[in-house]
Amino acid sequence: MTFMTKILGSAAALALSAGAALADPALIYDLGGKFDKSFNEAAFNGAQKWAEETGGSYRDIELQSEAQREQALRRFAEAGFNPVVTTGFSMSSPIAAVAADYPDTKFVTIDGFVDPGEHPNVLSILFSEHQGSYLVGIMAAQASESNTVGFVGGMDIPLIRKFACGYAQGVKAVNPDAKVIANMTGTTPAAWNDPVKGSELAKAQISQGADVIFAAAGGTGLGVLQTAADEDILSIGVDSNQNYLHPGEVLTSMLKRVDVAVYDSMTAGADLETGVKVLDLGAEGVGYALDEHNADLVSAEMKAAVDAAREQIIAGELEVHDYTSDDSCPALSF
Amino acid sequence: MDLDTLIQVLDSTIRLATPLLLACLAGLFSERAGIFDIGLEGKMLIAAFFSAAVAFSTGSVWIGVLAGIAASLAMSAIHGLASITFRGNQLISGVALNFLASGLTVLIAQSWFSQGGRTPSLPDGARFAEITLPFAESLRDVPIFGPIYADLISGHSALVYIGFAMVPLTWWVLFRTRFGLRLRAVGEAPEAVDTAGISVTGLRFAAVGICGVLCGLAGAYLATGLQAGFVREMTAGRGYIALAALIFAKWRPWYALGACLLFGFLQAIALRYQNIDLGAFVVPVQVMDALPYILTVVILAGFVGKAIPPRAGGEPYVKER
Repeated sequence: MTFMTKILGSAAALALSAGAALADPALIYDLGGKFDKSFNEAAFNGAQKWAEETGGSYRDIELQSEAQREQALRRFAEAGFNPVVTTGFSMSSPIAAVAADYPDTKFVTIDGFVDPGEHPNVLSILFSEHQGSYLVGIMAAQASESNTVGFVGGMDIPLIRKFACGYAQGVKAVNPDAKVIANMTGTTPAAWNDPVKGSELAKAQISQGADVIFAAAGGTGLGVLQTAADEDILSIGVDSNQNYLHPGEVLTSMLKRVDVAVYDSMTAGADLETGVKVLDLGAEGVGYALDEHNADLVSAEMKAAVDAAREQIIAGELEVHDYTSDDSCPALSF
Repeated sequence: MDLDTLIQVLDSTIRLATPLLLACLAGLFSERAGIFDIGLEGKMLIAAFFSAAVAFSTGSVWIGVLAGIAASLAMSAIHGLASITFRGNQLISGVALNFLASGLTVLIAQSWFSQGGRTPSLPDGARFAEITLPFAESLRDVPIFGPIYADLISGHSALVYIGFAMVPLTWWVLFRTRFGLRLRAVGEAPEAVDTAGISVTGLRFAAVGICGVLCGLAGAYLATGLQAGFVREMTAGRGYIALAALIFAKWRPWYALGACLLFGFLQAIALRYQNIDLGAFVVPVQVMDALPYILTVVILAGFVGKAIPPRAGGEPYVKER
C-alpha cells in the first residue's frame, strides 16, 4: 500500500512539475499583426523584454481571422499557459465566453473590458488614451502654422474616437480657434491595413490646410506618415514610438505603453491580480515620445507647455473629457 | 464647392480610380474570353508585394514593376492551367488564388525582410515620381484651364497615364483587330472558333496572360506609385470593386473607364467629406463606401439596362463529348 502511495505520489509530483514547467505566459496579437510598428509590436517588445530579463519563454500567435479568437484562447488555456495575455478591444467577448471554462487560468485583455464580477479570473487593462492624445494635441497646435490640424483614425470605434476627442481638446486648449479635421478610414477591420486610403485622407486634409496630422490607425497610419513626409508637413505617430520612421518629419508619437502592460502581466505570472486596471498618465501608461529624431522639432516652449499640462492632469487640476464615458465630445463632432 | 476643392477631389479620384481601371480592364480581357476571374485581388496583391520587394532590393522601380508583372503572370498561369487545361471551376480557382496570394505575400515578406509581412519603405529611386507635363507651370495662371491642366492632368506617376492609355488600346484591340474578334468569339461561342480551326486554348491563355500583365501594373501602382512599400492585405478589396465595375460597365472598355472613375469619385468624396449634410438629412460616410456595390446590384437586377455576361463565360470548353 505504501508502495502504491509512493508511486501515486511521485506520479502526482511529476504531473505537477510538468504543469509548472508549462505555466509559461502566452500572448495573442490582434489582427493588425505582430510587427505593425505600432500597437501589437509594443506588446511583442514588452514580452521580449520580459523573456530577456527573466530568461523565461512564452508562446505567441498572430490571429488571421475573427474565428480564431476563441480557438486560440482555448488552445493556450488547455495547454496550461498562464496567464494568457491578449491585445485589442475585440478580445473582450471571446474572453468572456471562454474564461468560465478555465477558472485556474488568468486571462489579460489589453484594451478590452470584461466584467470582473462575472469573471474573477480576468484582468482588463485600459489606458487613458484621451490624456496622452491631449498632450500631443497641445504639441500639434503649437507646431501648426495654419491653425488647422488633422486626425486620421482607423476603424470607427469608440476607442479611436476617444483618441480624436482628447487630441481635439488639447488643440483647442492652446488655440480655441484652431480647426480640427477628423476622418475615420472605415468601419471594418480592413480599415487598420489600408495605407492607400490613409494617404488619400492625409492628402485631402492637407488640401484643406492641415499641417500637422495625428494618425491613430495601425498600418493605415504608415500611409499617413509617408504622405505627410512626402508633402513636408508634420505627422504624429501612435502606440509605439514611430519617430524613427521619418526622422525630422514626425513631430512626436502618442505612446501607449502596451509593452509595460504586457511586461507587468508576464512578470506577475500566475499570481496576477485580476480586476480592472487603468494605466493613465500618472502610471506612465500613456505619454509622448521625445528622442533624437524629433528633438529639433520640439521647442523648449512646446515641451514646457506639454509638461505643465501633464503635471496638471496627474494632479487632477485638469480634466480631459473621455469620449467613452458618455459617447460625446465637447471639442469635436463626428 | 469651389474650383480648387473640385480639382482636389477629382485629382484624388484619378489616383483612386487608376488601380481599379487597370484591374477592371484585366478582368475585361479575361471574361471576354470566357474565363471568369475573381482572382484579380490576389494577383494585384502579389504584384504589389513583388514590385515593392524587388524595387527595394534593386533600387529601380521599373525592374520592380517587371517583377510584379511576372508574379501576377505566374498566378495567371496557375489560373489558366486549372481552368483551361484541366477544366476546373473558374470561381474556385480564383478564390484559391486569392487565399494563396494573401498568405504567400506575408510569408515571403517575413522571411525576406523580417519586418512582419511588410517591405521596408522604398527610397526615392525605387518608387514612381510624379511626372510634370510640359508647360504645366507656365500654363497655371490661365483661368480655369490652367489649374485643371497643372493640378489635375499633370503630376501623376507614369502608371496613371499608362492606365488611361490602356482604355483606347483595349477598345482598339478588342473591336478593331482580328485577335480581338476571335477573343470575343471565344467567350461567346468557342465551338465556332474551334470549327474555324483556331485554338480555343491558345486564345484563352493569351487573354489570361494579358489579364496578368494588367493586374501586375495595378498592383505595382499601389505599392510603388501610391505608397512607398508593401503592407499586408494592402489591396483592401479593390479587386472586388474592380469586378463590380466590370459588371457595371457591361464588359465594355469605355464604360469601364466611366465606372472606375465613378467609383473612384465616390471614394474620393467619402474621404473628403466624412458626412455629407444635405440640409434635410445627413448622408453618413458608410453609404458612400457601399454605393459601388449597391449600384452594381441595381445594374444586375436589370433596373438600368441589362448586364449580359459573355455567353460561354465560366464554362470550360470541351471539344468532343
